[in-house]
Amino acid sequence: MKLGGGTHQLLHSGDGMAGESPSFRSAGIVTVENLRRLGLAPPENRMRRGPVAVVECPEFIPCNICVDACPFRAISMNKITDLPRIDWELCTGCGTCVALCPGLAIFVVDLSKPDKALVTVPHEFLPAPEVGEEVWLLGRDGRRLGKGKVVRVWERNKTWVVTVEVPKNLAMEVRAVWVER
Amino acid sequence: MPHTGVPARDRRIWEHPILTFRRDKKVRFYFEGVEVEAYEGESIAAALYAIGVDVFSYSIKLSRPRGAFCMIGKCSSCFMRVDGIPNTRTCIEPVREGMKVERQYGLAEVPSFSREEAGGEEVIETDVLVIGGGPAGLSAALTTAKYGLDTVLVNEHFKLGGQLLKQTHKFFGSKDLFGGLRGFQIGERLSGMVLEHKNIRVLLQTVAYGIFRGGWVGLAGKNRLYRVRPKAVVVASGASENYLVFQGNDIPGVMGAGGAQTLMNEYGILPGNEVVTVGSGNVGLIVSYQLLQAGASVKAIVEILPEIGGWFVHAAKVRRYGVPILTRHTLRAVWGGERVEGATIVEVDRRFRPIPGTEKDISCDLVLIAVGLTPDTRLFAQAGAVMKWVPELGGSVPLRTKYLEVSVPSMYVAGDASGIEEATTAILEGEVAGLSVVSKLQGLKADAAERRERLLRFLWDGYRASPLLSRARAGKEAVTVSEGEMSEVRRRYPPITSFG
Repeated sequence: MKLGGGTHQLLHSGDGMAGESPSFRSAGIVTVENLRRLGLAPPENRMRRGPVAVVECPEFIPCNICVDACPFRAISMNKITDLPRIDWELCTGCGTCVALCPGLAIFVVDLSKPDKALVTVPHEFLPAPEVGEEVWLLGRDGRRLGKGKVVRVWERNKTWVVTVEVPKNLAMEVRAVWVER
Repeated sequence: MPHTGVPARDRRIWEHPILTFRRDKKVRFYFEGVEVEAYEGESIAAALYAIGVDVFSYSIKLSRPRGAFCMIGKCSSCFMRVDGIPNTRTCIEPVREGMKVERQYGLAEVPSFSREEAGGEEVIETDVLVIGGGPAGLSAALTTAKYGLDTVLVNEHFKLGGQLLKQTHKFFGSKDLFGGLRGFQIGERLSGMVLEHKNIRVLLQTVAYGIFRGGWVGLAGKNRLYRVRPKAVVVASGASENYLVFQGNDIPGVMGAGGAQTLMNEYGILPGNEVVTVGSGNVGLIVSYQLLQAGASVKAIVEILPEIGGWFVHAAKVRRYGVPILTRHTLRAVWGGERVEGATIVEVDRRFRPIPGTEKDISCDLVLIAVGLTPDTRLFAQAGAVMKWVPELGGSVPLRTKYLEVSVPSMYVAGDASGIEEATTAILEGEVAGLSVVSKLQGLKADAAERRERLLRFLWDGYRASPLLSRARAGKEAVTVSEGEMSEVRRRYPPITSFG
């Protein structure tokens, strides 16, 4: 398969977003403000009530896997090229979409605990984390933001869904884990 | 042999997060007179790469070492002498017990013997000939076979599935389009269905070498020649990886991103340990991520444009694990002897000129070239189909109607050969082409026609409506003409052959 192909020698007409390109087009990192503006991140008070999905999918990909994946019908689209629209009240933060999103672009954040936040990330590297293990917490730029304890791990078609404890102020920063044994 | 001086290395991947590599049976063969081991199902080139062989041949004029590049039979970098036959594409030739493999030095000699096992020739009359066993070809063949048409599927490689077999990521799209499955899982599913179908005859390791007057197609198998006269032909011949000009671009270890992916994901062989990727389109991003999964370190992805070429979600996947994507950068040079040892990258200005003083040296043993693909459309050109150069589609492609018939009557195009897109659209186009053949040969059947219109609506108004695909969509629009326009094209450039 050749997905799109490189564009090294070719100039192309922007990335399809209206007006100026957003910063994630050059940085490969999306900001929380950007996600909120696109309706892809839940409001703060919803995260404080319990686990809920954060969908880091800002680009109108022709894909609706998450819509079919959600057991609670919390994600909808009118057409396949829409951004996912999430009903934060229907979303239970179960993580099914984390396992099934082809872009590995969905996470679950839970701010309901008093001392720690819980973040759920997809993971496709060896070794797979184990419950109770301390793993590195990585930011969107790969920076090591500290270590956190794994509280839950499950797997679907070779994508592990890993829930880790993270300091509350890093709940919207930690987006991957790395196991070092 | 390897630059480390270790007589035999093991580049095989034994543990992988996604894939399980079946290595059931050992095969022994001779490389330069020395007995070496491989596993059944490996290509010669892959098996040699696995034990540390970087150089497959030496070039004709300057005796420069030549190593793995495309690994799918398109680039000629892996030509070797196999059992006395020179210019064997060792990347698509499976290992066999006791075979003798030798490096080629310069221009090959014509072998002085003829194959003992040569199996003569055969004339095939069939309803449909499908050329290419990738996503588009498999999908086309399954469609024509489903409607009871006798279908011959010809494939250069010894395995069906094309480039799906090396895709380990999950596909986008929707559930009913295999979305959510990993590419190789889709490939296995489609190949399995094709191999089981009683209406499909599969010819592996067979090349469609030419199209002739009166609708004849010539096929060359390993030991047999075929002359086929189909009532319709679908050409789904795919694409090849683009090359890039820079100093040292022929040193072994400079590899097509797809070539590296073949080694890594089809054969479980790590193509390198420290990697620099050139080009941040989806291919460059995806293969970089897969190299991380296989245990390599990706030191940088360089991109000459001010923005990342591929989709954000693919970029985010490599950024999370610390891979830098250097926009406004390009590759200046690669150095090394018989294996890449490092690369020099440089920043460019707004007019893509290198900025002096910004050069950086990166030590690496693998440089991936991910700068796009060129459709393989030679059979169309040779058959006299009216072609058009479309930069958005990667090169010269045949004009076609929306039903994918080209100016040669009853010849159809599907997949990357119709212009570079991706596997999901290739599967869709394959089915559209298949349904068009059905309509042509069996008359317009209501269910086939309805299905075809539904697929076309989804393809054009659904899937390709994504702004991420606007460039490819514009390209496809530029080569799709109405039936009336196609009649006019045929009047002005009368076809030199036709099928049916």
